[in-house]
Amino acid sequence: MIKATVYVTVKQNVLDVQGSAVQGALHSLGFGEVNQVRIGKYLELKLDTSDKAEAEARVKTMCEKLLANTVIEDYRFELS
Amino acid sequence: MNFAVLVFPGSNCDIDCYKAVEDTIGQPVDFIWHTATDLSKYDAIIVPGGFSYGDYLRCGAISRFAPVMNEVIKAAQAGKFVLGICNGFQILLESGLLPGAMLRNRSLKFRCHSSLLRVENNTTPFTVDYEAGEVIDIPIAHGEGNYYCDEETLARLHSNKQIVFRYAHENPNGSLDDIAGICNEHGNVVGMMPHPERAVHQLLGSEDGKRMFTSVLKVWRERHGATVNS
Repeated sequence: MIKATVYVTVKQNVLDVQGSAVQGALHSLGFGEVNQVRIGKYLELKLDTSDKAEAEARVKTMCEKLLANTVIEDYRFELS
Repeated sequence: MNFAVLVFPGSNCDIDCYKAVEDTIGQPVDFIWHTATDLSKYDAIIVPGGFSYGDYLRCGAISRFAPVMNEVIKAAQAGKFVLGICNGFQILLESGLLPGAMLRNRSLKFRCHSSLLRVENNTTPFTVDYEAGEVIDIPIAHGEGNYYCDEETLARLHSNKQIVFRYAHENPNGSLDDIAGICNEHGNVVGMMPHPERAVHQLLGSEDGKRMFTSVLKVWRERHGATVNS
């Protein structure tokens, strides 16, 4: 069994409106050092395979096809 | 002319769309469940608003893989008329039938009120009954209608006249270039955040949405040489 951990975030050049709102809230709480907040999604996938190379290729396809919308989002993942 | 109104789990504007077709142009219309695999009978397909699959992951991300969507893509490629409204627009974006993507409204608020739109392209099958530049009153109801695409895509939308509607007064969601609705290169697929099906009678506050339905019937009749008795 391989565990894939996938992180999906709004692209750097796209305004993350939720992130900006949270940054504003942190500022108003006195955390003025917060220069940027990006909000994203965290997904855990358990894969019925032990072939890491195959898992890598297939998780990449999953991200491209469904888990991220690459028009507005970036993704990265870890396998363990 | 046969109309299909798609129904996904979580669609909630399907009945409004069905009634709008009945009331505005009196053409045959059917509800089509998302598992359907044959749309060959239909001349126009309406993808209605709502919260298909609970908007899980992203609006429209899961609906886009429903069996019926393969048929919608085939129909679009065959030149049939496809109209995506609100969540339907989001589904068309996710499916790649229209370019771009939706972000959360810049205000982070779900905005539900009437809005003024400018008809930027009155040559699509859904807009021929409007004047170019005409301002119409069509309500919106969405939390994620902040249209986004990259600069290259925006340039293409401009040069191909694919921007069908812009917000004329206030931009309620922060969309790029005030975009409220776009079409594909051939113009037969239109997606828009505002709800024309909710503006088909003065009792609803506006009847400006009515002409989207009369437009598509007119274009279909012209293309099929059908006579009009009325």
